[in-house]
Amino acid sequence: MYVIIVGGGNVGYYLAKTLADERHEVLLLEKDRTRYRTISEELGELVMQGDGCEVAIQSQAGFGRADAVVAVTGSDDDNLVVCQMSKMEHNVPRTISRVNDPRNEKLFHELGIDATVSSTKIIYNLLEQEVGGGEVIPLAALNRGNIEIVEIEISARAPVLGHEIKQLQMPQEALIISVLRDDHAILPSGDTQLEAGDKIIVLVRADQEHSLRDIFAED
Amino acid sequence: MNIVVLGCGRVGSTFARMMHRDGHNVTVIDIQSEAFRRLGSKFRGNRIVGNGIDEDVLKRAGIETADVFVAATQGDNRNIMAAQIAQRVFKVERVIARIYDPVRADRYRQLGIVTLCTTTIASGLLRDFVTTNEWGLDKDYSAEYLRLNV
Repeated sequence: MYVIIVGGGNVGYYLAKTLADERHEVLLLEKDRTRYRTISEELGELVMQGDGCEVAIQSQAGFGRADAVVAVTGSDDDNLVVCQMSKMEHNVPRTISRVNDPRNEKLFHELGIDATVSSTKIIYNLLEQEVGGGEVIPLAALNRGNIEIVEIEISARAPVLGHEIKQLQMPQEALIISVLRDDHAILPSGDTQLEAGDKIIVLVRADQEHSLRDIFAED
Repeated sequence: MNIVVLGCGRVGSTFARMMHRDGHNVTVIDIQSEAFRRLGSKFRGNRIVGNGIDEDVLKRAGIETADVFVAATQGDNRNIMAAQIAQRVFKVERVIARIYDPVRADRYRQLGIVTLCTTTIASGLLRDFVTTNEWGLDKDYSAEYLRLNV
């Protein structure tokens, strides 16, 4: 896989190293000459100096044959334009953008970016799980974030312990697709009883995720 | 008209002053409050300090009721992103972005944003003047600018 990373800060630097170690073809683009010199001492030819928004630089860097372009600069506007220009000019199949302001995730999806990552949001989600006692862990987002797959661990003190799935007051647009129990994945029916230590995998509309927390969280 | 101008540099401030003098309701956003000095003493429009790609800042500037949004900061990408927020999120009817890079100006024009590329405009005018000894301008904008100060 040929991956082009735009932005040679810490995220870009370690991502380039990780991908190169996994034997992917990588190019890291860094605009700032001083930073470029620092990272190229270690990464050598993997790094190129230039502005990833400029079409001339994009052509030179081979955006046309890239399988993915990842924009990880510290500026959301730069990341957006890198990804949009990659699509418009070079039809790059997969564009991934780091998003510093988590509220930009929705906007970026609407503007055609294939995937976004917000470390702010990831850390926030982790904190929520720790403090809130809600055991809803997001696993994946489908359909541009409208639908999520989440994991919920059934604790020994969960109000639904011992209940059958058909007794649960699930939100209308939520579906339990699997119950993970002792290394087995069960395809559940309405009669499946929930036991302590079960992990249930739920497909749910993103805006209803919070009501899962109300059902499964400890009192 | 309700007009929101992002970026109080030379272009943003002059445009804001012109529109304010012509009786429009103008709000200017800049990340640095010192930039508002360029508006001079006669400007009675609103000044908002903040980041123009932040939806909360744009709301404070009244973008929800704006008829026109002009993005004229020093950063092409900032202008491009702000223009897309104005167009897609706030459905502003007329959105214009100043973009220095001619390639980006062309591509985003194709995406439906009105882009003003001062690089191609200035170099085109220069080329015409050097080859024909005539300015391709109908109006004397610099005379208009000088009148703003009177």
